[in-house]
Amino acid sequence: MVAVSENTVATEGASLRVKDVTKVFAARDSTAERMLALDAMSFAVAPGELVSIIGPSGCGKSTLLRLIGGLDFPTSGELYVGTEAITGPSSERGLVFQDPCLFPWLTVRRNIQAGLVALGVLREKRSEVNYFLRLVGLEGFADVYPHHLSGGMAQRVALARALITHPKILLLDEPLGALDAFTRMRMQDEVLDLWQARLTTTLLVTHDIDEAIYMSRRILIMTPRPGRVERSIEVDLPRPRDRSSAEFLDLRSEILKLFTSPVS
Amino acid sequence: MLFAGNKVNEVAPLKESAQPSNVVEPPTGAQKKPEPPAEKRRWQIFFTVPLATATALAVHWLASRQEPPGETHLYTYLLSGLLVVSIVAVALQSLWSSDWMRGACPLIAAAVLLLAGWEMATSGFRWLPMPYFPSPAAVLQSLVTDRDLLFDSTCHSLLLLLCGYALGVAVGLFSGVCIGWSRQVRYWGMPLLKIVGPIPATAWIPLAMVLSPSAMVSAMALIALAVWFPVTMLTASGVSNTRAAYLDVARTLGAGRAFLIFRVAIPAALPSIFIGLFMGLGASFLTLVVAETVGVKSGLGWYVSWAQGWAEYRKVYAALLIMAAFFSTIMTALFKVRDRVLVWQKGVIKW
Repeated sequence: MVAVSENTVATEGASLRVKDVTKVFAARDSTAERMLALDAMSFAVAPGELVSIIGPSGCGKSTLLRLIGGLDFPTSGELYVGTEAITGPSSERGLVFQDPCLFPWLTVRRNIQAGLVALGVLREKRSEVNYFLRLVGLEGFADVYPHHLSGGMAQRVALARALITHPKILLLDEPLGALDAFTRMRMQDEVLDLWQARLTTTLLVTHDIDEAIYMSRRILIMTPRPGRVERSIEVDLPRPRDRSSAEFLDLRSEILKLFTSPVS
Repeated sequence: MLFAGNKVNEVAPLKESAQPSNVVEPPTGAQKKPEPPAEKRRWQIFFTVPLATATALAVHWLASRQEPPGETHLYTYLLSGLLVVSIVAVALQSLWSSDWMRGACPLIAAAVLLLAGWEMATSGFRWLPMPYFPSPAAVLQSLVTDRDLLFDSTCHSLLLLLCGYALGVAVGLFSGVCIGWSRQVRYWGMPLLKIVGPIPATAWIPLAMVLSPSAMVSAMALIALAVWFPVTMLTASGVSNTRAAYLDVARTLGAGRAFLIFRVAIPAALPSIFIGLFMGLGASFLTLVVAETVGVKSGLGWYVSWAQGWAEYRKVYAALLIMAAFFSTIMTALFKVRDRVLVWQKGVIKW
């Protein structure tokens, strides 16, 4: 892995701004009972930045990503990519879930090129498909159907599929959560490589503190019910990061303390 | 075949008596019949067909002595041919034999023995009333002598079936996708589907006869109706049950509505759609035969009722045999298509 200073490479990413976003879910049977998922949440991500969001389950992390992805709409508040408001899903915001969600009826190659087909630019950009197949190391599996892939391989295909349309923002919703510890550590490096090659603005939702510290430049800590950003922690460690260095462990225990002691 | 069975039984107790000393073996393993060595089994299996054929020939020879002379010897030729082929196969088995042949031998032998049993029950001992239950030799003879009319009937049936089925599938896929995808279409279409769909298509025959100028057209419409209901129902349920995550992923890739419907929802619904196609095919066979029996003046269904009118039951059986082959072939073809289209799915049912 190459250590790159994060602001020297030209970035493909755009800035992301979340402004006073509130999301209320109406309970199914009664309109009186409403669940406040996100409460006036605000934060900003600089172009090319890799930011992690950690928090206990049910704190609205996935809701937030769906809002940024344009798959759902906030009850109030605004979301901006650069200067444009988010009004719906778009190929400029790629999304990868914990479940790779590959289309099972398409081969690996066809899964990766799905975004190009959707945009109607497959003919011009066919060479990109081979480039991304090579990038995620799956040239040999181009014509294989997803049910033959291991979890790590499937997640790499999902990443390539999300990246092929050159999104300005990459949203990762616990993408490595279902992998075993070793695959997971290898994949963390691969995701970092992908990110450093393009410096796509990346938002990584995780509940693994080590992963957040290892990968991101900044960590947003969310509290549940209602979900809001409790703290923003800069991770100012040189890359590649050493998971057993003193600074790493200090930061880790500091964050752990935030979760174990009751937050006022 | 009988001898082969005895041999296996002889070997089995010996092995089982040796088993109890082996205490470590789990009880299910101990109860399992020990398999004879592969070499030995192959020998026995290849002898089943000639033995069965010889038995059938002997039965036929004994039975046909009571028959009036003048019958053709087609059945004798058929069995003799099979006997020769099977003996050659036994002779050559050490040189060349395939797993397929080994697997098919017991089945072929059983089928031949069934024929022998049929012959014994009919022309042999005359246990069954005669005009209604002809001997296999008589059925084979009608099959050959009436081949022109049977071939013609099969062609007519095939044409009618394919037209009706194609129409039903086309309309069914269209309405199914609309109902499955659009909430508004579902609101208005679903009640209609639920009320009209379950009526058996054959129940519309009186109405179809009045409405349509030609029996062919009305039969085609009835077959299409029979196919339309299951295809629509299962297409709609498949499309509307598309995993939301697939649609979400496609949307974030920049997919428009056409992509979501044709490249996500329909492929995702294909397993369900094929169940509808199979159900529709079964319904179309039924409707075809009924329509041909009551209205249409051609086809296998017509042939059966026509032959019955002349009390030529041997022809009825001949037509039934053709139908079995005909429908089974079409079913197999659909399974082949399914296997090709759903190659991405694991664990599909084999035909």
